[in-house]
Amino acid sequence: MTWTPGDDMLVVQRAPKPGGAGGTYRAFGETLRGLKTTMARLFEGPKTISYPEEKVPVYPRFRGRHRLHRFEDTGLEKCVGCSLCAAACPADCIRVVAAENTPENRVSAGERYAAVYEINLARCIFCGYCEVACPFDAITMGHDYEMSDYSRSDLIFTKEMLLAEPLERTPLRREGE
Amino acid sequence: MTEGRNLAVLGVVGYAEEWWIQIIKSVILFALAVQIVPVVLILERKLLGRFQHRYGPNRVGPLGFAQPLADIIKLATKEDFRPSTSIGFLYTLAPMISLLTALAAFAIIPFGDTVDIFGKTVGLYGLDVGIGVLYVFAFGAIAFYGLMLGGWASGSKYSFLGAMRAAAQLISYEVAMGLSLVGVLMTAGTLSLTGIVQAQEGMWYIVPQFVGFLIFLVAGFAETNRAPFDLPEADAELVAGYNTEYGGGKFASYFFAEYVNILVVSGIAVTMFLGGWQLPFGIDPPHWVDPFVVLGKISLFVFLFVWIRATLPRLRYDQLMSFGWKVLLPLATLNALVTAIVVVAVS
Repeated sequence: MTWTPGDDMLVVQRAPKPGGAGGTYRAFGETLRGLKTTMARLFEGPKTISYPEEKVPVYPRFRGRHRLHRFEDTGLEKCVGCSLCAAACPADCIRVVAAENTPENRVSAGERYAAVYEINLARCIFCGYCEVACPFDAITMGHDYEMSDYSRSDLIFTKEMLLAEPLERTPLRREGE
Repeated sequence: MTEGRNLAVLGVVGYAEEWWIQIIKSVILFALAVQIVPVVLILERKLLGRFQHRYGPNRVGPLGFAQPLADIIKLATKEDFRPSTSIGFLYTLAPMISLLTALAAFAIIPFGDTVDIFGKTVGLYGLDVGIGVLYVFAFGAIAFYGLMLGGWASGSKYSFLGAMRAAAQLISYEVAMGLSLVGVLMTAGTLSLTGIVQAQEGMWYIVPQFVGFLIFLVAGFAETNRAPFDLPEADAELVAGYNTEYGGGKFASYFFAEYVNILVVSGIAVTMFLGGWQLPFGIDPPHWVDPFVVLGKISLFVFLFVWIRATLPRLRYDQLMSFGWKVLLPLATLNALVTAIVVVAVS
């Protein structure tokens, strides 16, 4: 059984054969075209962003290092120690130990507060599920991405570190940028 | 043939100085090569970066210009290592041959005419011999021993393959390179390089010998093992070719020799086709400017070397050989033939 190409067969267009006078002429022309292309790149100048000196601004929704928040008026912590973030975390990097608020020692707005709140950033995958799971917007993802350290234990961030106002090390992209 | 007659042959063309001037000149030339090579090195890396939208090295020293120094210190402080399969004597000798031949060939580039320094007539060149261009080709031919022995004595298959390629490439392109210069030699009527430069007064040989210039350029790229003819060290296929097993000072010698070879080929091209130390439009600067004119023209060629490296991909091995033997060689022969006919017809 032989195969006969139908009307829908596409015509294959091939480049002209190399070699010969025409091939030499084309090769010469293409070489010059290549030289022109690279020269144009030279005049465009470098596109490198010299990272530690220059930083690419991040978008507002960029998921960087976590932050814990306080109420601005009362100064009480928003976190009530419900552990929903720890439950939602796929990387299992959040550890919450809750304790009861007492009239003498009132830490958060709810009944309970997080006595221990630790995030192991060596495990965190920055998915942002904790942020979604939190019923009080107590934990959000910040903009910081420069978190390298010399030992793994230094990457376990405690509550105090997460609550502290972060050093703005990362430029934020403005609207429409 | 007596020794006196030999010296007479060397002294026929140009100007032969006293022995102590020759020694001083050779020291100066060596120092010059050592000074220029790091500049070429940083220039290449910076330019190559710019060609690829990068900065190139810019961390060491102001604007990264101390990078070659850092490289040299790094290479010089490396452990002197050699593979157990290598042949010690040849393994050490090979980079030396490369370095020696490159520097010896560098000596013939004329940086200027004879000048009077403190009442002594001194030529601004290493030496001006009657055999001229043949001297360059002689050292080019010896240089291939450097690559060949190095690759073979390393006792590694990649080195050996690289060395084989280097040998085949050097031999096949040297023929075309030599023939491309025959046209110039016939037009100038002399083999002396200073004589050729002086013969170019009025019109540089790039104009009447343009085909020869192109052939020389292509063959020169192949001769210096530079992209797109860097098959002997093809990093993608052969790791690093003949210098795979080399490190530290020996690698630095190979590296240095490669860049001196670039300078030599550029210098010969400047001398043969771009009028050496002469400037166009009848500009006649004082004699002390001449070396700078030559260096400026050489730097143009260095730029071209980098530009080509940033543009063209490496040739396939069979393409390289067929291009050398089937295109360049007939073209160079034809060029020499036509030039010969024209020269005879005009005179």
